[in-house]
Amino acid sequence: MDYYVSVATFAALNVILALGLNLISGFCGQVSLGHAAFYGLGAYAAALCSVAGAPLGLSMLAGVLVAGLAGAVVGFAALRVREDFLAIVTMGVGFLFLGAVRKQQWLGAEMGIARIPSPLDKWGYAMLAIGAAIALVLLSAHVRRSWMGRAFGAVAQDEDAARTIGIDVAGYKIAAFFLGTAAAGLAGAIYAHMTQLIVPDAFNFVQSVTILAMVVVGGIGSTLGVVAGAVLLTLMPEMFRFINDYKLLVYGALLLVVMRFSPEGLAGIVYRLIGRRLA
Amino acid sequence: MYYVELLLIGLVWGCTYAMMALGLTLVYGLLRILHVAQATVFTLGAYAGLLTANGTGSLPLAFLVGALVAGASGPVIYRLVYQPILDKPPFVALVASIGILIAMEDGFRLLFGPYGLSFAHNPWFTDTVGFAGLSLNVVQIWIVIAAVVLLSAFAIFASRTRAGVAWRATVSDPPIAESFGVSVRGVRYTAFFIASVLAGIAGVLVGLLNNLVEPGMGGLISYKGLAIIVLGGLGNVPGTLAASLLLGLVEAYGTVFLDKALDRDAIAFLFLIAILMVRPQGLLGKAH
Repeated sequence: MDYYVSVATFAALNVILALGLNLISGFCGQVSLGHAAFYGLGAYAAALCSVAGAPLGLSMLAGVLVAGLAGAVVGFAALRVREDFLAIVTMGVGFLFLGAVRKQQWLGAEMGIARIPSPLDKWGYAMLAIGAAIALVLLSAHVRRSWMGRAFGAVAQDEDAARTIGIDVAGYKIAAFFLGTAAAGLAGAIYAHMTQLIVPDAFNFVQSVTILAMVVVGGIGSTLGVVAGAVLLTLMPEMFRFINDYKLLVYGALLLVVMRFSPEGLAGIVYRLIGRRLA
Repeated sequence: MYYVELLLIGLVWGCTYAMMALGLTLVYGLLRILHVAQATVFTLGAYAGLLTANGTGSLPLAFLVGALVAGASGPVIYRLVYQPILDKPPFVALVASIGILIAMEDGFRLLFGPYGLSFAHNPWFTDTVGFAGLSLNVVQIWIVIAAVVLLSAFAIFASRTRAGVAWRATVSDPPIAESFGVSVRGVRYTAFFIASVLAGIAGVLVGLLNNLVEPGMGGLISYKGLAIIVLGGLGNVPGTLAASLLLGLVEAYGTVFLDKALDRDAIAFLFLIAILMVRPQGLLGKAH
């Protein structure tokens, strides 16, 4: 039973991460290849607070805010550079985070932070993660239908046209980065307390690509598709032992095949099957 | 003396980056694709070269096989993966390319083992040449020679040959080039072939330099290659070469002066981000 609880928790964490990235890349059209850095920022910030004696709620808030504010700063970078340039800059942000953490003694360098206080039991974290994931699904669905979601869509489709009709492109880009990376920070804070040990390598480029894989396999821009993608890619390696051994081979091949044959992901396939236009 | 030595190390790194980045910028100039999977071609070339060297004992043959195997793989990637998705948004090709890289890294691990392979006989690795109180390993000298020769050959190709002119015409305006009888398809295949040959040779050289060929050897050098072409102003060849050397030097000195705060990769990307915030179009790129 414990095993299923922890798999469910990880699936929920991945849903949070993927939905956060989907806000930035799917809704607002800003490619990010460094999402794991914000996951890591949230985890480190929360871990430091808890080790210093802060209660769980406060540590989690710290994780969310640190990651979200760092994300907003990257949002400013997205005002200077676009598309391909932005993809490379966000990838750079990931390497910068990793390289900086690895050299900081006060962050434990390569060894990371161990013995993080853990006030909840397995079930507690599962409820927390699943609750947060559901909240994020609702938030995504709400943003999609709100004025903000439509503005995100306009920025994604044509920045210059959006600016012409008076949409505050800069503000919405920064808002998308803040929301998306704050979600990653939340996932990081829960992860740090649950595992009680964090190391820099858990937040590397491959982790960023894994989150991206969940988003694109599910269907970039589609909330339910992304949830399905995140759950599927979490469960697959657990269900099939051989996939766990060749995880990167499978993830990489999936990215390739989905992009090559159905760039709208699973959501695109479903919509095509039921004959509806992609929302 | 120490700083001069760092200068040389930086130049050697810069030359390796240049061989990778020139190919990436060729592909980007033609197709607007960030060809991350160039790393796979690089590693493939290194394995092909190593297996040839260990089988036959001949290094020239190793370079030939490495270059050809890599060179063949580039056009195959273009035909099977990129060509069908050229009309999709740019992130589609980028993600597909990352997919190839990640999958093949695992593929190499399955085929050749996780710990990498070494050259059975690698005289260049142990021999050093000394001049003016500095000592360089023979592989490092070959890297500089290879970079200078290959890049000069490319410059002559681009400016003096029909194929080179066709390439430049296609970069600036594909429909017009096509209407003047340039085979845009042919130009694209040629660009992928040249980019991949360069990557393959660089792969064999880096394998010799570390005396190790391992599944993940291409990843970082390819990410930095992308950083370099962005720095140089995407698709801009002189800018790419300047940025390669500059990044090599920044890393060489940075790893000494910033050792307490950042590692080598973080220094490279910090440099990239800092430059892009000041000059979003890259070092030599034109403003929009």
